[in-house]
Formats: sequence, C-alpha cells, structure tokens
Amino acid sequence: MPAVLTAFVSGLVFGVGLIVARMVDPAKVLGFLDVFGAWDPSLAFVMGGALAVTAVAVRVARRRTAAGRGTLLDGDPIREPAAGGIDAPLVGGAVLFGLGWGLVGLCPGPALVNAGVVPAVAAVFLPAMVAGMLLHSFTVGRRPRTRTGPNAGTVAHAGAGD
Amino acid sequence: MESFTPWSALAGGLLIGLSAALLLLVNGRVAGISGILGSTFTAGRGDTAWRIAFLAGLVAAPLAYAAAGGTLPAVAVEASPVLLVAGGLLVGFGSRLGSGCTSGHGVCGLARLSRRSLVATVTFMATAAATVFVVRHLLGA
Repeated sequence: MPAVLTAFVSGLVFGVGLIVARMVDPAKVLGFLDVFGAWDPSLAFVMGGALAVTAVAVRVARRRTAAGRGTLLDGDPIREPAAGGIDAPLVGGAVLFGLGWGLVGLCPGPALVNAGVVPAVAAVFLPAMVAGMLLHSFTVGRRPRTRTGPNAGTVAHAGAGD
Repeated sequence: MESFTPWSALAGGLLIGLSAALLLLVNGRVAGISGILGSTFTAGRGDTAWRIAFLAGLVAAPLAYAAAGGTLPAVAVEASPVLLVAGGLLVGFGSRLGSGCTSGHGVCGLARLSRRSLVATVTFMATAAATVFVVRHLLGA
C-alpha cells in the first residue's frame, strides 16, 4: 500500500509541475516547437529544471544499487531500463510521436492532466492516444523481442519509459 | 517572445524532477508516462496498482492545484477533432514503438545519459518542430 501511495504522490507532483510550467496548454508547447515563428523557449527551462533534479536522483539511485541497497521504501531493486542500441523502432517511433505531438501540442503527461478538466482531451485525444497504445500492444508490441533493448530481458523493464 | 515564462517553467521543471526522483528512489521506477500508461493494460497483477495510482495522481493534479488556491492556466486546444484523433493515435502508437515520450526519454532518459533517449529526444523534437513549421508557415493554418 505505501508503494501505491507514493506513486500517487509522484503522479500528483508531476501533474502540478506541468500545470505550474503551463505545459498542459498545447498552445504553449506549440510555441516552443515553432522555432521559425514567435519562438517561446519556456519548455527548455522545464526540461532543464527537471533534468537537474532527476540527474541527482539517478546518481543516488546508482550509488545505492552499487552498495547493494535498493529503494528507500522497501529495499527492492531500483529498476532502470537496460541499455540498448539505436534501432528502427526507436527512431521510427520517435518520428511518429513527434508528428502527433507537433500536430496537436499534447503528449501523454499533459493529456492525462487535462483529462479531468478539458472535454476535448477527455473525449477525443486521450481515447485516441490509448487506442494507439493498444494498437501497438496487439500488433508489433506483441512480438517477443530478441535483441537487446530497454524492454528486452526482464518483464520488469517493459515500458519503463526508455 | 512575449509569452516566454522562464521562472514558472523552471519551477514546474523542478517539480517534475522531484516527482521523477521520488518515483525512482522510493518506488524504484522510471517516470516514463507512456510506459506507465501503456503497460497498465499488459502488466502482471502485482505490477498494476502503482501504475494506476501514478496516473490517478496526474489526473487529480488540477483538482489539487485548484483546491490549494492555484489558478489553472488557460488550455487552448485548437486542433480540429479529426486532427485530435490523428494526433492521439500517432502519440500513443509512436511513444510505445519508440519506448518512451517526453518524460521517459526527454527527462528520465537524458538524466540517465542514455544514448537511446538522446537519439529519441532529438528525433521527436526535430520532427515536431518540422511539423509545426509545415502546418503554421507552409500551409498557413
């Protein structure tokens, strides 16, 4: 139960971060992507701030793993996606994702934060996004992976975000 | 440039980093939202509850923010319904195929100095910027 509670708090803080940064607004995100227009570099500051804190956490996590210790909660292993090569699914997936992101200005985090408050996202974008994920799960994602990659190896790594 | 908001962007970014740090150090998990959501449908029994809890936290964030006295930013969804469906399908399918999205590759992956995440982040940023250029400046939408 504590793991569920801390995961909820983590999601809540992530969502509040997106709200504070105004990255829940597709117009704001598209302003960053519009490099050749009225460019708004705000998103770079969001990533910079997030990266600075996360990089420290990664160092601490790796130090704990090296010392044979695990999570702060119950000592379970801290799971990082396994390192892998650059392959076609990685690049092709990033191209498709970038295309959709550039068309609408929404990625999965802001889509979920908007789910409860923006009807167009809740009724149209989010269901389509989940359908796209399920489509992947039941087609190419179904194939057992043999090459090394972040989702290869243990099930624990599947979908860990890398 | 009149809409540039560096301080709120930095503050929001620090909160996102705090969230990723919490999930990594306390739960032992990487905060990749497409992975957490996408794997909820296929994860084993013992691996589902924390995912749903994290996603519930994201959905609850506006309510908590407003309840704490914050003013929610205006959200302008300008894309047509057809474009929203196409964009949603592309974002969902692409993030799963590419093993991550803005959070998993762009924040957590880069913080881990992952070469895969660097390639993915540069690729989706460049593709998204090119898409906006075509839509706004070539098609003039």
